[in-house]
Amino acid sequence: MIRVVDLHKAFGANQVLRGIDLEVEKGTTCVILGGSGSGKTVLMKHVIGLLKPDRGTVFVNDVEMPKLEGLALTEARRMFGMVFQKSALFDSMTVLENVAFPLHEKDRSISGKELRRRVVEKLEVVDLAESILPRYPSELSGGMQKRVALARALIHDPPVVLYDEPTTGLDPITTEYVDDMIVGAKQRLGVTSMVISHDIASSFKVADKLAVLYDGQIAAQGTPEEVRRSQHPHVKKFLSLWFEKQ
Amino acid sequence: MTPGGFPATFRRVRRIRDAIEDFGEMLFFALDTLRWAVRPPFRPELILVQMAAIGVGSVFIVTTTSFFTGVVLALQANYAMRQLGAEGYVGGSVAISLARELAPVLTALFVIGRSGSAISTEIGTMRVTEQIDAMETMAVNPVQYLVVPRLLASLAMFPLLTMVFDALGYAGAYLMGIYVARIPEGPFLEHTRTLVDPKDIFHGIFKSLIFGAVVAVITCWRGYSASGGSKGVGESTTRAVVASSIAILLVDVGFVLVTVGSGK
Repeated sequence: MIRVVDLHKAFGANQVLRGIDLEVEKGTTCVILGGSGSGKTVLMKHVIGLLKPDRGTVFVNDVEMPKLEGLALTEARRMFGMVFQKSALFDSMTVLENVAFPLHEKDRSISGKELRRRVVEKLEVVDLAESILPRYPSELSGGMQKRVALARALIHDPPVVLYDEPTTGLDPITTEYVDDMIVGAKQRLGVTSMVISHDIASSFKVADKLAVLYDGQIAAQGTPEEVRRSQHPHVKKFLSLWFEKQ
Repeated sequence: MTPGGFPATFRRVRRIRDAIEDFGEMLFFALDTLRWAVRPPFRPELILVQMAAIGVGSVFIVTTTSFFTGVVLALQANYAMRQLGAEGYVGGSVAISLARELAPVLTALFVIGRSGSAISTEIGTMRVTEQIDAMETMAVNPVQYLVVPRLLASLAMFPLLTMVFDALGYAGAYLMGIYVARIPEGPFLEHTRTLVDPKDIFHGIFKSLIFGAVVAVITCWRGYSASGGSKGVGESTTRAVVASSIAILLVDVGFVLVTVGSGK
């Protein structure tokens, strides 16, 4: 489904990615775990085609993303739904307008009634009631904003959903909500998910596959249990900080 | 060379290089906007929203300032002309000043203060809160969705607001000239007719069209390239207002040199 091959990227003298190889199977959740500045966001931006690699490539559904330009790239992006760290909901739009936005922009002939029906359907997937449709993002809690953002990412039924640090800055209860939301989206809709995170607890909860990024390379990858047993010094140190607390 | 002179020079050179780079990027941004303006999907509803924000929203400030500009101009012109015994020319001189120069320039400056700053802040906030990135990942081009409607709305509303400025400015001058300065109505109107040619009015309206494009591109670009959270948005808005105000005055001087300077 997603295949990253020998991905290299530098910004000036700063070599951010140094040969990433990664595969994410259809219908699974892969978490890219790493500290600040490890290159997680840069990797995700390559997957969605926001950045071009210096070397290597990325395939999504057998589409080679770096080779696409202009309208072809725009069309390819419809394969994705993305949930941003701070939700990135349009603050001048209501919940209804926010969630309907990708669908309305994809097909402007869809009636208002049909849009509303589809929005309500997706809000149900993330356990939100129809009554919040006329509300603005500023009137919602952080957790509700995250769920509206996921509903917006899912509205056009994308096969791939990307999550950019979905639990950063959230309280433990909201974090649990968001974890359940990611697992729920996979189970109910069968989407392939890629999550970038530095939250070890959440990562182990939602991941089918974990990849630990360190210094622009994947230090360990596999099931959560395999990564936990990794002998890579950085991975051991990174994980021990959390496991010692448990 | 004083100690530390080299680093200071390098810093200055780097600042100049950055400014040139930024200007070049803004020109590419303007070209990109033109490219996206002619590509479907077209979003007339967004253009109407921006016409309301830029045009209707600026009506109060433009009507107020234009009326008082006309009032003051008439009184000052009367003070000067009376010494030459030429009070009858007050209406014409005010009308020609408004039509060719003051209406387009002052309208642009007031709209920059009111709507240009709002454009820059809104787009800048969307940039730093990742709303623009989100739009891009949803296969919607942000330039086409955010910038094109603001450019087209500016192109439509700047000339209209300039016409409002012309009309109300002259109305203010008329009221002051006739009822306060006691200038005879006949010469006041007659010299307006003989001094002001329709091409003077079109000159101002054409200039306002260019000002609309300049203001839209600069304020949108400053917001679009904002970074660094709320502080960055504040700085980009300040830069948008300063840069577009200076640009208006520079474009105006260039325009006057090309037209009046060559006797056209």
